[in-house]
Amino acid sequence: MFAIIRTAMVSLRRDRGGLALSFLLPVVFFSIFAVIFGGRRDTTPKVHVLVVDEDHSPASERLVKGLKQEGSLVVTSGPEAVKGVEQPDYTAATAEIAVREGVAPVAVIIPHGFGENPISFGPADTKPPTVQLLEDRSDMIAPQMVTGLLQKVAVTSMPDLMAEQGSKYFDQFSGGLTHEQRDRLNQGIRQLRERQESDSSTSASSNESGGIIAVNARPVVGENKNNPMVSFYAAAIGVMFLLFTASGSAGALLDEAESGTLDRVLSSRVTMTSLLLGKLTYNSLLAFSQLVVMFLWGWAIFKLDFWSHIPGFIVMGVCTAVAVAAFGMLLASICHTRAQLGALSTLVILIMSSIGGSMFPRFLMPEAMQKAGLLTINAWAIDGFTKIFWRDEPISHLWPQVLVLVAVAIVLFIIARRVARRWEVA
Amino acid sequence: MSLPTNATCNSSLPLRIEGLVKRFGQLNAVDGITLELRSGECLGLLGPNGAGKSTLIRSIVGRVIPDAGTILIFGAKADSTAARSTLGWVPQELALYPRLTCFENLRAFGRYYGLKGIVLEQAVARCLDWSTLTDRAHELVKNLSGGMKRRLNMAAGLIHQPKLVLMDEPTVGVDPQSRHHIFEMIEKLRDEGMSLIYTTHYMEEAERLCDRIAIVDHGKIIELGTNDDLVRNAFGTRSQVLARFGGSPDRVVPWVAAHGGQTTDGIALFTISHPVEIASLLEDSAKAGLELVDVSLRKPNLESVFLHLTGRELRD
Repeated sequence: MFAIIRTAMVSLRRDRGGLALSFLLPVVFFSIFAVIFGGRRDTTPKVHVLVVDEDHSPASERLVKGLKQEGSLVVTSGPEAVKGVEQPDYTAATAEIAVREGVAPVAVIIPHGFGENPISFGPADTKPPTVQLLEDRSDMIAPQMVTGLLQKVAVTSMPDLMAEQGSKYFDQFSGGLTHEQRDRLNQGIRQLRERQESDSSTSASSNESGGIIAVNARPVVGENKNNPMVSFYAAAIGVMFLLFTASGSAGALLDEAESGTLDRVLSSRVTMTSLLLGKLTYNSLLAFSQLVVMFLWGWAIFKLDFWSHIPGFIVMGVCTAVAVAAFGMLLASICHTRAQLGALSTLVILIMSSIGGSMFPRFLMPEAMQKAGLLTINAWAIDGFTKIFWRDEPISHLWPQVLVLVAVAIVLFIIARRVARRWEVA
Repeated sequence: MSLPTNATCNSSLPLRIEGLVKRFGQLNAVDGITLELRSGECLGLLGPNGAGKSTLIRSIVGRVIPDAGTILIFGAKADSTAARSTLGWVPQELALYPRLTCFENLRAFGRYYGLKGIVLEQAVARCLDWSTLTDRAHELVKNLSGGMKRRLNMAAGLIHQPKLVLMDEPTVGVDPQSRHHIFEMIEKLRDEGMSLIYTTHYMEEAERLCDRIAIVDHGKIIELGTNDDLVRNAFGTRSQVLARFGGSPDRVVPWVAAHGGQTTDGIALFTISHPVEIASLLEDSAKAGLELVDVSLRKPNLESVFLHLTGRELRD
C-alpha cells in the first residue's frame, strides 16, 4: 500500500499541471470569491447614482446631500469633464441616456415642486411631486438599494420637514392647535432643524422605507425584455466555453507536433505563419458557430430577442471569436503537451471567467476587481453583447469593445507566432 | 572544399551534401558528413538507433538547421522552394491525420504542395493505387492496420511526384507481410528511375533495396559502397564461424578472445581465411574443455561489416 501511495505522490510531484490544478486553482478561486463576497469593507462595491435636482429647494438639496453622505453610494450630478472642460449637469433627459448607456445603473430625478411637499403621506387630495427613479434592469440590486436609501435619507436628513408637514396636515384636519401647542411644536421642529444642520452625520438610522417620499421607479433599459438576464448569460457562459473550446482546438497543434504531422506539413510549401493563420481562422469560425448556437438556443427556449440584433451580434461575435481563437493559439504554442495545455487552460480560463464576469456579473464585484476584469477577454465580450442585446445600442457604440478584442487578437497571435518558432526548425 | 552555389551547377545530381554538421548541445548528431546521390540511385543509410540518420534526413528536408555544411537538391539550396517541390519525405512517424480518411489525407497533403483540381485528384488516385489502398480510400486512418498506415504514410510523401524521396525507416513496426508489400512499392519506384535515400537499421532491407550503402555511426559515414564492396573491403575472401558453447561465460569469453573472436549474446564469432581453419578451432576448444553446442560457417554480411567496423551490433 505504501508503495502505491509513494508512486502516486511521485507522479503528482512531477505533474506540474496536476499540482497547479490540485492546489493553486482552489486557492485562487477561494481568494476571488472571498474578495467578491467576503465583505472586505474597503472593497465593497458602491452603487453609482446619477442625481438630477430640478427643484433646487432646501428640501431637495438636503435630500441630495443626504444621498451623497451615504457610504454605499457614489452620487454624481454631472458627467466627467472632457479635456478639462466642465460638462453641464445632467438633466432628466441626459440622465436617462446615461443610464441607457450604462454610465450608472440608476438615476434619481427630483422634480420641480418637491420641496413644497416632500413627504408623501397626507390627505388623499394632496398629490406630492414624485421622485423619478430611472433604472437599468440588468442590475437587479442597485435600483432597489437606491429606493430604500431614498426613504432612509428622507428620514435622516429631513426630520424637521416631516414634522412640519405632519403638523400642517394635523392642523388642517384637527381644527388647529392652541397657541401654546403651536409654540411647543415649532420649538421642537426648530430643534430638529438645528440638530440636522449642526450634525450632518447620517448616524440616525431607520429601516423604515415604505413611502415617506413618493418614488416612481421606471426602467429605461430592459423594459421590453422578455427575460432580463438571458442575453447576459448567453454571452457570459458562451465566452467561457468558447475559451475552453478554442484552447482545446488549438491543442491540435500539439497533437500534430507529437505525431510528426506538423513537421511534414512544414516541409511542404506551407509556412508556419500560413499554418497558424489557417488554424486561427478555423478556430474563429468554430467559436463563432458556437456563439450562434448559444444565442439561437436562447432565442428558441428563453425568448432572447436574437433576430433584431443580428448586425451587432455578428460584429461582437466575430471579434470575440477571433480573440478567443488567438488566445487558444497562444496557450497551445506555449505548452509542450496536451496535458500541460489542459492544466494551464483550465487554470487561466477559470480565473479569467471569474474576474471577467462569466460566472457572476461584474457590477457585484469590488471596484478594483471590476477594473481587473478589464484585463480579460470575457469582460470586453460580455460588455459588447450587453450593449447590443440589453441596451439596444447602435453598432457604432461597440468601438471600444471591437478595438480591444481585435487588438488582443493581434497581439496574442503575434506572440503565439513567435513562440511557435520552436516548431519551425531544430 | 565548399560546394558551388550556382544552382545550375551539378543540377543533375539529386543530392549533394558537403561537410554537414549538426550539434545538439554536446552531442554531434551529424559530424561532417559529405555525400552524393546519383540520379536514379537508391542509397541506404544503415546504422543503429541514434547514429544520426534521422537528423541527416531532417537536415535535407529543412526541418533541422545545420551548424555547418551545404545541402544542394538538384543544384538548389535545400531550403528553397524549388528544392522543396522536388523533394518527397516519408518520416519515421505516422505523420497523418487519424480522423481523416486515406483519400482526405492524401488530398490535404496534395494541397499543401500546391496541387489542385484534376491534377490533385489524379495524384490522389495514383498514390492510392501505388499503395494498394484504393479500396480503403474512404476508411478513417485510425481504423487502418499498421501496415496500411505505413503505406499511406509513404504515399503522402509522394503525392506531389517528387524526383528525390527520403524514406526514414518506413518499415518500423510492421509485420513481415506488410514489409514485403512496402519493399515492392519501393522497388516499383526504383524501376521508374526515382532517386531514393533509405534509412534503416535492418541490413536485409539495405541489401535488398539499395544500390549503395552508407554505414553511419556517431554522426559519421564510416564506410560507403555497394553491399559487395563493403563486405569485400572489410573481410576480403574471409568467412565467419559462429559457435555456441555451453558452460560458464567466464571460461568461454576469454578463450574466444584469445583466439581472435568476439562474443555477442553468447555466440562466438571468428573470422577465418579458409574453411579448414574450423577444424583447428574446434580442436582447441575441446582441449580447453569447452562444450561445443552449435557451429556454423557463413559468408560475412552487412551486419558483420558493421560489427567489424564499430565493434557493436546494428540493433544495439
